[in-house]
Amino acid sequence: MAKGRITVLEQYCKSCGLCVAACPKKVLRISERTNAKGYRPVEQFTEGCIGCAMCAVSCPDAAIQVFKEQE
Amino acid sequence: MARVLMKGTEAIAEAAIQAGCKYFFGYPITPQNEIPEYMSARLPEVGGRYVQAESEVASINMLMGGGSTGYRVMTSSSSPGISLMSEGISYIAGCEIPAVIVNVMRAGPGLGGILPGQADYLQVTKGGGNGDYNMIVLAPSTLQECVDLTQAAFDLAQKYRNPVMVAADGFMGQMMEAVEVKPSPTRDQKPDTTWALGFMRERGGRKSLLHSLYLAPEPLEDHNQKLQKKYQAIRDAEQRCECYRMEDAEVLIAAYGTTARICRSAVNNLRNKGKKVGMIRPITLWPYPREAFKTIPGTVKRILVAEMNAGQMVDDVKVATGCAYPVSFYGRTGGISPSVREIEEQCEKLLSL
Amino acid sequence: MSEITVYERPKTWTPDVSSHYCPGCGHGIAHRLVCESIDELGIQNDTIGLAPVGCAAMIYDYIETDFCEAPHGRAPAVATGIKTVRPDKIVFTYQGDGDLASIGMGEIVHAANRGMNLTVIFINNAIYGMTGGQMAPTTLIGQKATTCPLGRDVAVSGYPIRVSEMLATLPAPGYITRVTLSQPKYIIKAKQAIKKAFQNQMEGKGFSLVEVLSTCPTNWGLRPVEAFQWLMDEMVPYYPLGTFKDFE
Ligand SMILES: Cc1ncc(C[n+]2csc(CCOP(=O)(O)OP(=O)(O)O)c2C)c(N)n1
Ligand code: SF4
Ligand code: SF4
Ligand code: SF4
Repeated sequence: MAKGRITVLEQYCKSCGLCVAACPKKVLRISERTNAKGYRPVEQFTEGCIGCAMCAVSCPDAAIQVFKEQE
Repeated sequence: MARVLMKGTEAIAEAAIQAGCKYFFGYPITPQNEIPEYMSARLPEVGGRYVQAESEVASINMLMGGGSTGYRVMTSSSSPGISLMSEGISYIAGCEIPAVIVNVMRAGPGLGGILPGQADYLQVTKGGGNGDYNMIVLAPSTLQECVDLTQAAFDLAQKYRNPVMVAADGFMGQMMEAVEVKPSPTRDQKPDTTWALGFMRERGGRKSLLHSLYLAPEPLEDHNQKLQKKYQAIRDAEQRCECYRMEDAEVLIAAYGTTARICRSAVNNLRNKGKKVGMIRPITLWPYPREAFKTIPGTVKRILVAEMNAGQMVDDVKVATGCAYPVSFYGRTGGISPSVREIEEQCEKLLSL
Repeated sequence: MSEITVYERPKTWTPDVSSHYCPGCGHGIAHRLVCESIDELGIQNDTIGLAPVGCAAMIYDYIETDFCEAPHGRAPAVATGIKTVRPDKIVFTYQGDGDLASIGMGEIVHAANRGMNLTVIFINNAIYGMTGGQMAPTTLIGQKATTCPLGRDVAVSGYPIRVSEMLATLPAPGYITRVTLSQPKYIIKAKQAIKKAFQNQMEGKGFSLVEVLSTCPTNWGLRPVEAFQWLMDEMVPYYPLGTFKDFE
């Protein structure tokens, strides 16, 4: 399985949790931090991202960028 | 082009075409049906397009869309249809979109009748739609003026990015007169690409946004102040009025449109009898020609407002004259116009006071 | 070993702004799909959008194309005006269910009936979002809203309107499809439908409408994830997904 990576553009995240529910690898969670708007941005808390972008596809705020390693 | 005998509605339609209007959106209503009919046949000949809307609500919104592209667009209707357009006119004004609306006024209220009237005066000059906006309103009283003002309407709409109404009435629309419809010198004016939609590439990728929504109070007030500044500029520059045999008059008639034609005959008849009567004829109903009212000679003792309604212009005359004169009113409604004789009688009565 | 970008913010999505939508609201996803479609089709400079009255009234703050606002429900008429003058431009409306299926029902029916070469993105969230959760023409039977606190009563308010099915009965050729945003696999399908609706217009095919079943977590009183579950459980049975009409 390819190795993936995400970056959360924390300033846009509204902690709605849709990405958390969409991630097939269950590697996302709502963090304990708060952003400027008072929301707790989502974070990847464990290894295992496959770069499938299901999180980004679900995000209403385009707050996730997804990258994938390629041979 | 030589003078040709034309019906008012058709003269207006051809004038629009000669002013470079290529897009027309309309809905049938008497007494203006010849305008959409003429446009539906004529526009394809000049590479334009006619769309029959499903209602006046739709036609005014199509006009808004068409106008948002910066090209010359027009709709026409009559009183009940204009009521339905009021929301759209407010949006067009708020979004600062140039658009021309012809209103061939009929008698009201409600469905009223299909005969001529001037009872939309307050509706078209004082709002109709919601919010602080103004629409330029032009009131022709001859068919040549229908032609000239229709063409002027397109120039004014584009100059000020504002809705402009040609407020004719059923007589004006249905009568025939010899007119000359010349191509307007501005007929090929290109859209202003600094704001018109559809020119994002020409703007180097900068989008244009036409809207009247400002949820925060300060930006909305700024927007309103910008609009008010524009309306003041229009008041300063665009008042039009005819003063007819006003010098040494003792009784002055204030009238516009068809009623002014009738009053002109009354003035002539009375002058022939040596009676000192003149007429002041607003051509722009908005902006109201207050400057012209300031030129009323000291001989004038009384003013008679004559309209085909129940006295809608009276307050404007009082304000324009600073209530310096006693103002009487004579009007007919129901589709009936005052007769020349009736106006003469009213003037004679006032002269004898 | 190199790294490729699998997903980044669409180019047409206005940079550096955060939307005013409630957390997890479907409007944001639908906006994103519109932006992605515009990017992929390379039509940003040629697209003109019409903003509705509703929660999406400020859609133009998030999408970098020309935009005009439309009075409540009238976007299809404004779009008709634009497209009449500029048939060379790509014109789309984005409308909620109160906007399109209630006050604007006349305009959408006639635009569809004329086969206007337009793209319509119709967001059905079964409620009036912006005004605070009142009953919409699409509110489900028995569904509670602030103006039907006991649930929609068909004896008083009639039945929820299936806009796509209704418009599909019109003779003019068109593309009419219903999609949803409840899970990634449906979002990917929704994206395909939206892109196709724009592509149809580019190819001059005619009227295309994508009905997007969406959520209003705030006025439904549900968390975003629960809201999409409710959509699948309650809305989809009444508003089946699928294509009701397509060009030959
Ligand atoms: C003529 C008019 N009537 C009513 C309103 C008030 N209004 C604003 S938004 C809205 C409903 C929007 O609901 P919907 O189209 O479902 O969009 P949503 O907010 O759910 O996205 C209403 C009734 C208005 N702005 N204009
Ligand atoms: S890219 Fe896929 S695996 Fe990685 S966080 Fe997003 S949804 Fe989970
Ligand atoms: S879907 Fe987007 S906004 Fe919602 S929690 Fe995930 S990153 Fe944040
Ligand atoms: S009120 Fe409803 S539709 Fe409007 S932004 Fe909030 S969740 Fe979305």
